[in-house]
Amino acid sequence: MTEASTGPEAPPDDLAATRPSRANNAFAGLSTASATIILVVLAAVATFLFVEAWPAITDSASLSEHVGWIRPDQGESLIEIIGYLVFGTLLISAIALVIATPLAIGIALFISHYAPRRLASGLGYLIDLLAAIPSVVYGLWGASVLVPFLRPFFAWLTEAFGWFPLFAPDPATGEASPTGRVALAAGIVLAIMVIPIISAVSREVFLQTPKLHEEAALAMGATRWEMVRMAVLPFGRSGVIGATMLGLGRALGETMAVYMILSGGLTFSFGILQSGKHDTIAAYIASQFPEANSYGVSALITMGLALFVITLLVNMLARWIVSRRAEFSGAN
Amino acid sequence: MATITDGTTLGELSTKRRFRNGLATGLIYGAFGLALIPLIWLSITVINRGMDRFFVNEDGSTGFNLDFLQQSMRGVVGGAITGGALHAIWGTLLITLAAAIISVPIGLLTAVYVVEYGSGRLKRSVTFFVDVMTGIPSIVAGLFAYAVAAVVIGPGTKTGFVGAVALSVLMIPVVVRTSEEMLRLVPNELREASYALGVPKWLTVIKVVLRTSIAGLATGVTLAIARVIGETAPLLIAVGVADSMNFNLFDGRMMTLPVYIVSEWRKGDAVCNDPSVPCLPEITEYRAWAAALVLILIVMTLNLVARLISRMFAPKTGR
Repeated sequence: MTEASTGPEAPPDDLAATRPSRANNAFAGLSTASATIILVVLAAVATFLFVEAWPAITDSASLSEHVGWIRPDQGESLIEIIGYLVFGTLLISAIALVIATPLAIGIALFISHYAPRRLASGLGYLIDLLAAIPSVVYGLWGASVLVPFLRPFFAWLTEAFGWFPLFAPDPATGEASPTGRVALAAGIVLAIMVIPIISAVSREVFLQTPKLHEEAALAMGATRWEMVRMAVLPFGRSGVIGATMLGLGRALGETMAVYMILSGGLTFSFGILQSGKHDTIAAYIASQFPEANSYGVSALITMGLALFVITLLVNMLARWIVSRRAEFSGAN
Repeated sequence: MATITDGTTLGELSTKRRFRNGLATGLIYGAFGLALIPLIWLSITVINRGMDRFFVNEDGSTGFNLDFLQQSMRGVVGGAITGGALHAIWGTLLITLAAAIISVPIGLLTAVYVVEYGSGRLKRSVTFFVDVMTGIPSIVAGLFAYAVAAVVIGPGTKTGFVGAVALSVLMIPVVVRTSEEMLRLVPNELREASYALGVPKWLTVIKVVLRTSIAGLATGVTLAIARVIGETAPLLIAVGVADSMNFNLFDGRMMTLPVYIVSEWRKGDAVCNDPSVPCLPEITEYRAWAAALVLILIVMTLNLVARLISRMFAPKTGR
């Protein structure tokens, strides 16, 4: 391609021929360098986090001495805290996904196959707007509007389904949390935040369903739902799985909404209606960071590194699943 | 769909199938409706409560004023009915601008590389890792920028520029993804026509490919800005909080709108002891919601601008 600019007969010392090729090389080099920067940045993220986390990883003795919230004698050494936080993060993300995935698939189907053609893109844009709202606004709204609204519902849940471990009342008081700042509330708000991500990706996959499959199903006399079940859903399955994993990646790393809604605590409790039992890595970092000393910062960066590794794995898996689908779909 | 008059049995759906079809349709419409509830609820709440701050005067009387947009938080204590977000608005604009200045060239050139130049393993790994980078949690980006500043400049460095670096980590992949898609939309015939005229490749890219897709690129960049302008966690970590105006990205902490919301919300109700001084316990809450309103307005304006750009300059290529 580079040679296309210089004519086949052009003499090598012709100024007009050499200058473009030098500029050509410069531009190609510039764009390649930018692309390389991305890889460098990703490597740098890992490296710098590791460098800053190193003191906390190696020197646990002075860590417990200088950081108030690290108490190895009470079973809260750094690694144990990370364990609690990973559990809390996974639990709350799982709640969010359980709520968000079915809704998001429904929304994606609505926009791809049910909504009137002319309205579809506009309605899709409405859902995308949900993703545009900053997470801190979700946090503010969740903490001061949604949580008070949900409190009676939580109380009812513990009363009616308290025998079920997830909805168990607080063993200390015997009832639901009076503040409502519980894992389920955080999970609900996270669900609202990941719905646009899951539905946007699923929508794209559903729209790729070969028209012939759909028409064949309809020609056989299938109802619209049967057509969706026979043609659209099997085709989109791995895309939906990938989309869900992308949503999981977002939910795992979400900070402010959880930080503002959840009242934190470190346990391995499954009681999602009890406050002060769970916390997520990101929210814990956000709450401890402003007051942390250099040892504390190092410990928090270690947690950040753990979060980085977890989300990296989840996202790589998700991308791999989605891209595998693209290769096999044959619909380019 | 197939409820034909009773006489015909052909094409008649069994009750079970009709019921299932109806149920699924209902659920799918319901899912969409359910998703709209938080959007509408949240918008109404933010508008409603965000207005409060604009309708209380310094002396406690009600009346429309724009103090919130004209004052910083310098010297504002307790429940005093003053104090605004001017410093936070400036901080947000400056930091986001700096992030855009870092991210847009890198993002655009990377997209050019992937679409026009890239080949082989480097291209594949760049595409893959750009996708992976989209998923970096925002707080990790903040920790990264903080760690870089701690190593390069000195421990505990918190400046606007460090925040801009954190935001760039989040912004670059978004710019790459959207620009990449836009560059792919440019028909190959245009490139070939340009080559046929003897235009070198780099000029073809700049004058033909980028020129053709400029609207899409502008849309993508605007959306990327809209995405990072609301980021809180990285700025909380990399920039910290401040009460006064600070226009210098390289010196001292700065306030930004999202962080302002959190810090006002975290203060809780103010205490009012002296009845002779105008005081409002809920003033912190008012400020937080007003800042949320301003932030949402900025984000929505950016989204609208992006949509208008893409509408107005939509490529006129017959598909």
